[in-house]
Amino acid sequence: MFHYLGNPNRARVLPGFGITMGYTVLYLSVIVLLPLSALLLKSAGLGWERLWQTISHPRVLASFKLTFGAATIAATINALFGLIVAWTLTRYKFPGKRLMDAMIDLPFAMPTAVSGIALTAVYAPRGWIGQYLEPLGLKVAYTPLGITLALVFIGLPFVVRTLQPALADLDQEIEEAAASLGASRLQTFWRVIVPTILPALLTGFALALARAIGEYGSVIFISSNLPMKTEIASLLIISKLDQYDVAGATAIAAAMLAISFGMLLAINAVQHFVARRAEGGA
Amino acid sequence: MEAVDGSPIWQATAWTGSAPTVRGATEDSRWLQRLLIGLSVGFLTLMLFAPLAAVFVEAFKKGPGAYFASFRDPYAWSAIRLTLLTAAVAVPANLAFGLAASWAIAKFHFRGKALLITLIDLPFAVAPVVSGLIYVLVFGMNGWFGAWLARYDVQVIFAVPGVILATMFVTFPFIARELIPLMTEQGTEEEQAAISLGANGWQTFFRVTLPNVKWALLYGVILTSARAMGEFGAVSVVSGHLRGRTNTVPLHVETLYNEYNFVAAFAVASLLAMIALATLALKTAVEWRKERELAEAARGPC
Amino acid sequence: MAIEVAHISKSFGAFKALDDVSLKVNDGELVALLGPSGSGKTTLLRIIAGLETPDRHPDAAIRFQNEDVSGRAVGERGVGFVFQHYALFRHMTVFENVAFGLRVRRRATRPSKEEIRDRVERLLALVQLSQFSRRYPSQLSGGQRQRVALARALAVEPQVLLLDEPFGALDAKVRQGLRAWLRRLHDEIHVTSVLVTHDQEEALEVADRVVIMNNAKIEQVGPPDEVFHQAKTEFVMEFLGQVNVFRGRVRLGKATLGELTVDYPPYKDDAERPATVYMRPHEFRIQRHRNGQPNFAAKVARIHSAGALARILLRTNAGEDVLVDLSLEEFGRLRLREGETVYLYPQNARVFVPQLASCAASGEYAI
Repeated sequence: MFHYLGNPNRARVLPGFGITMGYTVLYLSVIVLLPLSALLLKSAGLGWERLWQTISHPRVLASFKLTFGAATIAATINALFGLIVAWTLTRYKFPGKRLMDAMIDLPFAMPTAVSGIALTAVYAPRGWIGQYLEPLGLKVAYTPLGITLALVFIGLPFVVRTLQPALADLDQEIEEAAASLGASRLQTFWRVIVPTILPALLTGFALALARAIGEYGSVIFISSNLPMKTEIASLLIISKLDQYDVAGATAIAAAMLAISFGMLLAINAVQHFVARRAEGGA
Repeated sequence: MEAVDGSPIWQATAWTGSAPTVRGATEDSRWLQRLLIGLSVGFLTLMLFAPLAAVFVEAFKKGPGAYFASFRDPYAWSAIRLTLLTAAVAVPANLAFGLAASWAIAKFHFRGKALLITLIDLPFAVAPVVSGLIYVLVFGMNGWFGAWLARYDVQVIFAVPGVILATMFVTFPFIARELIPLMTEQGTEEEQAAISLGANGWQTFFRVTLPNVKWALLYGVILTSARAMGEFGAVSVVSGHLRGRTNTVPLHVETLYNEYNFVAAFAVASLLAMIALATLALKTAVEWRKERELAEAARGPC
Repeated sequence: MAIEVAHISKSFGAFKALDDVSLKVNDGELVALLGPSGSGKTTLLRIIAGLETPDRHPDAAIRFQNEDVSGRAVGERGVGFVFQHYALFRHMTVFENVAFGLRVRRRATRPSKEEIRDRVERLLALVQLSQFSRRYPSQLSGGQRQRVALARALAVEPQVLLLDEPFGALDAKVRQGLRAWLRRLHDEIHVTSVLVTHDQEEALEVADRVVIMNNAKIEQVGPPDEVFHQAKTEFVMEFLGQVNVFRGRVRLGKATLGELTVDYPPYKDDAERPATVYMRPHEFRIQRHRNGQPNFAAKVARIHSAGALARILLRTNAGEDVLVDLSLEEFGRLRLREGETVYLYPQNARVFVPQLASCAASGEYAI
């Protein structure tokens, strides 16, 4: 399958291609490809009818609606606040900036279970912040709002980290050119800066969305996990497994993968279009 | 070189801006800066700092005595042992893979390279619970090898091997992802020079390639370790939550929490949070180092 | 619109980019700011534009037609700025780029759609890019992009056109063409223009007047042939064109270098001082014999005659290299051979005595 291309001498000078490539492919196959293909084959083996039967169950549909809905809202919030945070970190100087920059990756490094109980401690009705929200009629923990909050938490680094290099790479002259032509700061932002960073923003959005759809650990603690109300798809897979309904779990997992794959494909298409525009045709 | 005409100077003016009569063309007004900084700090305080602080505050709610008592629980120790064992297997396995894959991908040309890189990223795109599920499908009772394994009395699912395999899957791409772009960027000239000077493959790798990527490698290893010790969703599916046998530290946190033993749950969680903070500190240190090296390189000799 | 900057200084941290610079540009004039990198020319241009703020100073002023504009932001000064790397908006077509400055105007002053279209089309015709209006910047060559940048700057009908190294990123051939085109364009539209360049050929060829800058200060201002032929400072002498530099001494109204002595009336003192003597390669005559005029001996080291001029490298007895340009006609008449010794008769020499102010024109010596 793998052939040397280009300068064959280059391949011959350095040793170890055969063994490293062999090991790479073997390890990849055993750890990743074999188990993933099991999911594909098993779900295909269920048959269309059985698959549909499982997925069309109201409880499953409700969990999908919640999972994909909350993930989309969370990714949108992240796109907005991620842009503000990334802008602040690349453009301004203020005390504590370095610490703030370093802490952006916390949701990525922190075990999700820890994030889950920590967010619950803060946003539960008697929690640090929850106690002030409760009288306002704002119930966060144990509601879809809490689930969304957890998904915002875990998706944050993805938007910020994809936007930071894009903002840092913005050509200074472009903004000066817009200003010299009489554009206001706001006009420059919307007409010049946003179109340029839109591809990166969409990438960050897609990454945050993908992560949010699959998230489990941080959500189950802050959610009340009630069927039809606050039960996410990942949790439904686990409860199917607990009932030894492997086929049902497989069907839900396959549908989840298919939907998120479709969503990401759509975002990718939009992003491709936007990137082409941002790069100017070509 | 271009001290005046180059763009670096612009930055100097934009950030120091000592109350100029006219605001620079690319500078935001003071109040906007303050507003956006305020929004960022507020958002991150609510989303990051408050939960992080909550872990430690809740853990010490009943004093240091209760905190340290949480670690006297034998189940806590067995969870820590299992977590360390899991990391001790998963990290070296993924390290070996990461080195092999980055060597093959970064130093050689071959057809299908892009596909291979995509496949390496695949575990990153799979939901944690699904990552656990796929191992159930392969090694579970009704899985592909379930009956065969049962005949030899080997248990993978609801046992330690399953926990380790699922952890290997979710931490699979991290080291390779750190190394591949860096090693690709560094090219093959130095390795070719080493070979032409008579070094063998191992010598070239250990004396030339490895020193060039040591910081990225270190960060990859730390990140993999942190994620291996902290994985929850995938492990949750394959472990079976058997106390003292297949409970990892994060699962132990869940068990304690569900038993309303909050102080113990947060105490154990604080251990994981500290690992996460150490990871961030190391990442930042590596980045600062890189920045300094770049700055030194820009300044040139003398 | 006339531009006047007065007592402008600018520091970036410890680095002084401009040190009390004053300059006047007349209405309709094309002035080139010329100097090595780091001399402050781009900073001066950016300060005129309003992209940079000068250091505070009680007498500091930037005036457009006698009106102080230092309080106005870049967008309010009515300047067109052409950036070194074009700074085109890459997500907009050529048309949209040129129309940008009109479209961002407030509704009250914004021209109608038709007017914008007409004006953009007229400008694209002016820069000879009409057929490219629907292209994106990435689909254009460097020279075409530069013309789009120029059209975009002109679209807002600026009172002042400022160009920062406009041809710096282009290759030599394209540069040559664009330079001549820019001069023709300026003659057509007559907008007051300031151009920054480090290419002396460009400055001398295009500009009405050249401002030579060095080390945050202006060294000399004048029409191209004046700055070239009547350099006021050593820097200008060395910076413009090729020049032979000799270390000599002055005393009692005479400058001496080796066997050569030239008159130097400004220094009448008895105490000997070191001096620098400059002679341009084309300001020599070569003869095989000595006559009464000042001359010195040199050995022909290398001859390079594949060009419009014959270029002869000679070495004096003291071991100094001297470069001499001869017309091919003169060169053919002389039939020089490498290795032979000849006599050099300088036609013009400029003497500069350090610490003796304004030694410029008075240092002239002619035979």
